[in-house]
Formats: sequence, C-alpha cells, structure tokens
Amino acid sequence: MTVIYEKTRGLQNTPLHYCPGCGHGIVHKLIGESLDELGLLDTAVGICPVGCAVFAGSYFSCDCIEAAHGRAPAVATGVKRTHPDQCVFTYQGDGDLASIGTAEIVHAAMRGEKFTTIFINNAIYGMTGGQMAPTTLVGQKATTAPDGRDPATAGWPIRMAEMLSTLEGLVYAHRVCVVDIPHLNEAKKAIKRAFQLQMAGAGFTFVEVLSPCPTNWGMEPLEANRWLMEHMAAYYPLGVIKDMGGEPG
Amino acid sequence: MRKREIWKGSEVIAEAAIRAGCRCFFGYPITPQNEIPEYMSLKMPQAGGVFVQAESELAAINMVYGAAASGMRAMTSSSSPGISLKQEGISYLVGAQLPAVIVNVMRGGPGLGSIQPSQGDYYQATRGGGNGDYRTLTLAPATLQEAADLMGEAFDIADTYRNPVMVLVDGLIGQMMEPIVWEDRPGRTLPTKVWAAQGRRGRDHNNFVTSLYMDPADCEQHNLALAEKYAAMEANECRWEELMTDDARLILVSFGTPARVAETAMRNLRQEGLKVGLLRPITLWPFPGRRLGELAGEDHVKGFLDVEMNLGQMLDDVKLAVNGSKPVQFYGRCGGAIPHVAEVQEAARRALEEVE
Repeated sequence: MTVIYEKTRGLQNTPLHYCPGCGHGIVHKLIGESLDELGLLDTAVGICPVGCAVFAGSYFSCDCIEAAHGRAPAVATGVKRTHPDQCVFTYQGDGDLASIGTAEIVHAAMRGEKFTTIFINNAIYGMTGGQMAPTTLVGQKATTAPDGRDPATAGWPIRMAEMLSTLEGLVYAHRVCVVDIPHLNEAKKAIKRAFQLQMAGAGFTFVEVLSPCPTNWGMEPLEANRWLMEHMAAYYPLGVIKDMGGEPG
Repeated sequence: MRKREIWKGSEVIAEAAIRAGCRCFFGYPITPQNEIPEYMSLKMPQAGGVFVQAESELAAINMVYGAAASGMRAMTSSSSPGISLKQEGISYLVGAQLPAVIVNVMRGGPGLGSIQPSQGDYYQATRGGGNGDYRTLTLAPATLQEAADLMGEAFDIADTYRNPVMVLVDGLIGQMMEPIVWEDRPGRTLPTKVWAAQGRRGRDHNNFVTSLYMDPADCEQHNLALAEKYAAMEANECRWEELMTDDARLILVSFGTPARVAETAMRNLRQEGLKVGLLRPITLWPFPGRRLGELAGEDHVKGFLDVEMNLGQMLDDVKLAVNGSKPVQFYGRCGGAIPHVAEVQEAARRALEEVE
C-alpha cells in the first residue's frame, strides 16, 4: 500500500482545540512539516503566545516555552542568544505581536535577532471573544467596535510586515495566507525559507499569515476565506515584502 | 592571607555573578545601578557569556525567562521603578518554576521618587510583587563582602528550588566602595535541569515550560506544589546575624545600610552601659521571625526598635514575630534619606525609657 498522506511528525498526536475554519491548525501543520523536512525538530524551540494559540506548546512536536502576552520575541532572544545553534521561532497573534508586544517585536527585528517569527493576522482578538485588534480593518465590526473600526478614534490598521521591513536587522518578510492549496503551498515555502535563513545566521525572519477567524467574524468558513481574500488581502498585500537573504546554503 | 581589593558595590555584584557561573545578563539602564550592566557589557563577553541591553525592563526580564527556560544561569538588575516593570516576568518565572537572579538596587519612591538610597521596596520583594500567590527568596547583604559572598548563593538557591531569587540592596550598597576579599565558595550539589527547553537533542519527549494550568484543580495542585517549596525554603534558607542579644534589653532590628548605622549606634550605647543588641535579617523572605519570637520570649528582652529606610515595612514582620508579647518601636527615614547614628541612638534611648 502506498502512503499518499500522513500526519506530520512535527505535530503531536493530539486533537487541536481550534474552531472549525480557523487558520491556526493549518499554520501549525505547515510549521511542523517544515521543521520535520528541514531536520530541525530535534533542535527547535518554539515560543508560544497568549491568545488562541496559547496551547501551541502542547501541539508542536518540539521543545516549547510559553511566554507572557507579547513577550515572545524577548523570550526568544534569551533562548537564541544563549543557544545560537538552535532553531528558535515565535508564534504570535495580532494582539500579542502588534499591540501589547509591539516594543518586543520591533526591537528584536532592530537587533537582527536570528530567530523566526510566524505572525498570525486574523484582524480580531480570538480568545477573548472578538474585540478589536490593531489589525482590524476600517469598518470591520468587533465587540469593542460595535459600529465598525472608526479611524477617527481607533486609528488605522498596522501593516507589521512593511513596518518591520524598514529595519536593517530584518532580512526576510513575506506575507502569505491559508485559504486554499496554492496559498498553503506558498505559505509553507515562506516558512521553510525563513527557517533556512535563520539557520544560515542571516538575521531576523518574519512570516505574516493572513488567517481566517470565522467564529469571531460571524461567518461560515468558506465565506470567511472569501472575505479574507477580498478585504484583508486588499489592505495587507500578499507576497515577499523584503528578502535580503540570498541563498541560505 | 588573601588579597583585599577595593571594589564598588554594583561591580562586586556583577563580578560575583560571573564568578558564580552566570553566563547571560539582560538589563536596561536605570540609576543607581548602571555600573552593573556597564560591567556586564565588558566582562560577560570576555567570560564567554551573553550581554544584551534590552529595550525595556519588561523585555529584559523576559529575556531572562527565555534563557532560564533553556537552562542557563540568567540574571537581570534594575532599580525600584524598573523592578516594578519586571514584576510581570518574576511572577511568570515563579509560575514556570524557573531559576533566575534579580538584583534590585533600591532608590526612593513612589513613582520616579529620587535616585538616592531607599528600602521602599521591602513589601514588593517579600510579598511576591507580581500577580498570584507566591514568594521570592530575598537576600539583603549589608556589606560589599556579604554581597560578594551571597551572589553565588543566590544562584544556587534559585537552582535548588527552581524559583527566582532577589538580591535587595539599597542604593548606598550599590554605590559605595569598600575592601573585599574574593573567597572560594564551596557551592551546592544542584539538580540537573532535565526540564529545560533547549531542543530535544535526542530526548524521547518534548519539554514544555509554562505557567498555564487551565483546569482549576491542576492550578490548585500547582500552587500547593509551589507552597511545599516555600515551606522548604523557610525551613532551610533563613539567615540572619545577631549581635549582643544575649543580655540585651532592647533589640534593634534592621537590614542593609541602616543595619550598619544601627550597629554603630548599638556599640555607642553599649559604651554608655545601655544593653542594646541587634538582629539583622539577611534573608528578608524567609524572615527570621521564629528567632525574633524566641528573643521576645526572653525575660531580659524588654522591647524592639525596628530601623528602616522607609515608613515601616519590615516592621509588620517584626510585629507578627513578636506577636504583641513586647513593645515594638520604629525609627525610619525615607525618600532617599539615610538615618544618622545619633538619630538611631536617640530613638533607642526613647524606646528604652518607654519599656523600662
């Protein structure tokens, strides 16, 4: 019998708690597959966020550390600086990375810390129940923006990949999404390249993943995927934002 | 005889940490402890270690958290307002059972306060300081020699119990210079860090360092397990120094710089024939309350005078220990002011008059 598909060794054999249609589980799988295929599972340390992915450390099949809300890049700095041969990555949502942890991510990128950040941008606070995120689109409704985000009081959504790309220490920033197979393949390529550049010591690497949150967007999963492509991808353009890495070797 | 060397307090603390095997330091500048990160930025790389000037105290303590979680002897230092910012991380260190050493060179508060020496952070250091139900073992050296000797102990205690240890000194200890001798320290037999997240490296299971326990039953068990560690620290790690308490009618209780002032006051009063003694807590938590309680039960002890550089914080612990059996008086200066010997003598005379 030929094996056509099997569960990645990069994830533990544990049911995920994510809602139907959520992108987190898909990105977990892509990270697990990438670590496995690059032979990094045995040296990887994942730094997990606060938010919907707070249990990620129970899913990845590698050593993990649970960080305080927003502090994953500082925790990753402490690990990677003292263990420079290891593959260190942070997995962070938009509240974690683009709101409470803004200082930590900016300065990790500024210092050119040699770890990888996987940034899940779903334009909403998931775990706390649908509050406005710094990446919530203008007009998008949230439980703390009942009439939709109003720039007059809440400002405009942050494009983190572009903002961080102005820093010399960041060598690779790529925005991807996980709504269909071609985009999944692109996302996995980006994650693998980020890990490869990290292990080559190139600098800070950043993959932003536009990810659906049907539960808090109040949509069916397929409708959420369509909304993501139509609205999120319009404001947050997909593709390579910066790549100074060259051949990772 | 070993060589006596003149050192500055903050640099003693930094050098002693490196000698104790600390190989990573993460900090953010704040007066009056800037000599610690400055010294570390020069000497830590020379020792093969890591120095990072973090973007904030929040980041610094979380770099410590990451390094400690991956099995390193990690340290940070700051002064009062910066320590407040580190409290989030200290709570997480306790929750995730990670060893680390945090040095607080205290200055006047609240808020920006002053940059002069203070002991205003006693409550914060000994009551937990961050969120949750926890304790941080707190060492309070009163001389630079003691600071040099205790840094290695701080790291060993942290590793023994997998709990952060705070070294709490006032700005005077951090800024003064005095002679010290670098002693070889025996060091403890320490548990292997089998829990460290440093990559599996062939291990058959993943290590996951976390302070999250979603099920309240699990979280309660976790807290009870932490409580057992606190009980063990109380049983094994309490330290204090006693001077002339055998026949004392009045016992001064003081730590850090004011303990040195109190000792001078005590010796002066002894020359006048007044029977004054001194108990100097070296660990503020665990507090040597049992010993104070024993002393309170002695017939010759008529009362206590607590001397601090704050409005009376350790005073609570002294009163709890004495438990109403003898009067407890207080003399303190605050906001960056240091008590004078003459002031403490006067306060001691008044206290003696009240109890005789």
